[in-house]
Amino acid sequence: MSDYILLLVSTALVNNVILIKFLGLCPLMGVSTKMDGALGMGLATTFVLSLAAAASWMLENWLLNPMGLQYLRILAFILVIASVVQFTEMLIRKISPPLYQILGIYLPLITTNCAVLGVALLNVQNQHSFIQSLMFGFGSAMGFTLVLVLFAGLRERLAVLQVPELYKGAPIAFIVAGLLSVAFMGFAGLA
Amino acid sequence: MLISVMPLTFLGLILGLLLGIASRILKVERSSIVEDIEQLLPGTQCGQCGNPSCAAAAQAVVDGELKATFCPPGGRAVAEAIAIKLGIPLDLNTLCDEGPKVARINEALCIGCTRCFKICPTDAILGSAKHMHVVFADACTACGKCEAVCPTECISLEPVQPTLQTWVWSQPAL
Repeated sequence: MSDYILLLVSTALVNNVILIKFLGLCPLMGVSTKMDGALGMGLATTFVLSLAAAASWMLENWLLNPMGLQYLRILAFILVIASVVQFTEMLIRKISPPLYQILGIYLPLITTNCAVLGVALLNVQNQHSFIQSLMFGFGSAMGFTLVLVLFAGLRERLAVLQVPELYKGAPIAFIVAGLLSVAFMGFAGLA
Repeated sequence: MLISVMPLTFLGLILGLLLGIASRILKVERSSIVEDIEQLLPGTQCGQCGNPSCAAAAQAVVDGELKATFCPPGGRAVAEAIAIKLGIPLDLNTLCDEGPKVARINEALCIGCTRCFKICPTDAILGSAKHMHVVFADACTACGKCEAVCPTECISLEPVQPTLQTWVWSQPAL
């Protein structure tokens, strides 16, 4: 049990998917301007990431490995991820139309979020068991959501600050993201 | 070759089936009247009624938040169709419909800034940077968006000139 908690903490904080592995930077910049949008995006990605990690484990161990089709891995995983995203889109549209409006184009773009494919591939690389894969996916997604919400909070504050003309908008956001990444490196001491 | 194609095809079929079932179960119910009203609207999402899209405007008019005469590009014809569809009274006095119009570019003033054709919802303006732009009258719905963004005020909305096909005798005056 403690192994799983350790895995969860280490994927969420120590090996944070955005700030340490630099996967999924597009939503970090794209949907972090408003807090509720960031939280919604984080939760949607959590759902997709966990489900995709589990589905890709099943695909790898029940279909690709027994048939010796490892070279089809990326293609098959993308197929599964795209389907999960489609499903999530339908679900959100049904459950929360306002969230659907806020997320807009970024919802289908979860398909191309490299964190989702990255986690699925890392699961295979590290030869995780099913539960470990699920934990790894969920932990990464938690880390993703945490960073997205933190960053959205920072950007909401940045929006009302007097930033030098040169750094207004995206540049200052990138600098803040870099500083946040440096801060997250401190979690390496946990391990 | 076949051994790699078959599993992927199989996978795609299963996932497609699952998504199809999910879309049936998770279908968002939209009232058919809203969809009917949306069909009547121009569908250019010009935003002149204050709603972000024609779908939102259709929803608002069904909810009674907008009058039937809310759609400026639609003019009198659309207002009448909506009023008949919804069975609501129509006050055409509030509608200043001066007949169909079309945008026209004053070539002498056009500086080729490309702003108007970027904003045009129906792609009715052709042009490129630093070249004169031109309006396709057939595609223009006279929504007025180009008129608002033009930096030299060279775009004007003008009444459609009658052609041999559309000209009619004027009503006899007493």
